Amino acid sequence: MSGETRDTWQKPPFIANPVLRWSVYVGAILYFAWVGATLPIDWGRVAEGVGRAGRIFGGAFPPSFERSGLLIDGFLESLKIAILATTGGVLLSIPIAFMAARNVAPLPIYYLGRFVIIVARSFHPVIVAIIFVKAVGFGPFAGVLTLVVYSIGFVAKMLAERIEEIDFGQVEAMRAAGAPFLSTMVYAIFPQIMPRQIGLTIYQLDSNLRASAVVGIVGAGGIGATLANAFGRYDYDFALAITMVIVGVILISEGISGQIRKRIG
Amino acid sequence: MLKITDLVKRYGGGDPVLKNLDLTIEGESVVSIIGSSGAGKSTLLRCINRLVEPSSGSIELNGTELTRLRGRSLRAARRKIGMVFQGFNLVDRLTVMENVQSGRLGYISTWAAVMRRYPKEDIRRAYELMERVGIAHYANTRADQLSGGERQRVGVVRALMQNPEILLADEPTASLDPKTSEQIMGLLRDLAGELKLPVLINIHNVTEAKEYTDRIVGMRYGRIIFDDRPASLDKEAMDRIYSGSPHADRSEDLRQAS
Repeated sequence: MSGETRDTWQKPPFIANPVLRWSVYVGAILYFAWVGATLPIDWGRVAEGVGRAGRIFGGAFPPSFERSGLLIDGFLESLKIAILATTGGVLLSIPIAFMAARNVAPLPIYYLGRFVIIVARSFHPVIVAIIFVKAVGFGPFAGVLTLVVYSIGFVAKMLAERIEEIDFGQVEAMRAAGAPFLSTMVYAIFPQIMPRQIGLTIYQLDSNLRASAVVGIVGAGGIGATLANAFGRYDYDFALAITMVIVGVILISEGISGQIRKRIG
Repeated sequence: MLKITDLVKRYGGGDPVLKNLDLTIEGESVVSIIGSSGAGKSTLLRCINRLVEPSSGSIELNGTELTRLRGRSLRAARRKIGMVFQGFNLVDRLTVMENVQSGRLGYISTWAAVMRRYPKEDIRRAYELMERVGIAHYANTRADQLSGGERQRVGVVRALMQNPEILLADEPTASLDPKTSEQIMGLLRDLAGELKLPVLINIHNVTEAKEYTDRIVGMRYGRIIFDDRPASLDKEAMDRIYSGSPHADRSEDLRQAS
């Protein structure tokens, strides 16, 4: 290590083994080339579609608010679906989150809790909605059930992670005082997770309102159903009006929920 | 009376942290346990109220064998053992009164606890104790608004609310400044006298141990190697307790074993 001090330095490569590194790069390029070459994209049809899209947009202007009664009804239904689903979903999420938190649940219960969350998370709400529409029929009830599942997938998971981060000393103090299990949860854990719980609930309400518009399209009620009907009847001007209102309402609800969550920090 | 006989605690398959330890605490004495970090002081205290499971041996408190209790009977026994923690372990977001009453959780129903319907005599007792340690005016203040010394007073009152037969204090002053630390030690000693309560204190500060306690137990790597009045703790005894390191002790044991 004698002599001149070195004055060049290079960041070590992302993958240390050069053979592996180059095969990853070359492999990725080859795969993309192969996908581009083999995916059946019919450019003729795309061209036709562009024309059709032009007609849709042409028919959509100016947006029509003539049937605003229908629009408002649809929206109120979406709001009801979102509120009901959030309430039910969050209430169910709390016990599931406790089950899925490694530091408070015994191992078999923990696996059960994790399993419930994984199942709730593994399907997109649209797929869940299709199943519930088949199971309980068209309408808002299917929407509520769908969003309850959707809420559990998110709220229970995030809450379980929060429970795993708590200061366990407080739990220890309650145990040392001979407190029974539920009292320990209520005194040592609830106060610690409460701010996150409220923030998650508000976020989920906002998220459910958005999702309720989507699941409505497959028949689960709300503004989404109104939108799907408008498309079905080629009422593109009404559809545009609905879309604009959806965007507006979601902007507002996101603004409000963001403000509230910032306040409770 | 607390009687610990042949207590062994071993984490996993390694060397035991507590090695065939015997200790008896009688009457209302204030006993301090000193020793370097890793000597097993905290483990010893936590074995008594079973926050840590002893591997073998016996711990008897006023005739009740603690090591074999489970479920309801364990909780009933824990109610009789108050504990004060180094990090206070208060529920930050609850009021001082709720924190103090959490010492009664083993006595009241979960429903009463959730609804904060505390029995009248518990509330009276809480005010008496809070008055005694000077925090009564904080009853409605959130625990995280208090200073370290005030928080530890809440911790002490919470433990006393249990109506304990013994008080364990796991380095109760290690997170406090020197002056506050002496106040808390003085408070523990005085309360022990007033309530006729034996107190067992883990402590790093030997000067405080000598000044505030009646008896000093010196631990070194899982064994008690000193147990006498504070006056007998001389330089030679201090050296025996604090010299070397847990690692050196471990290798010494290995040499003896082989």
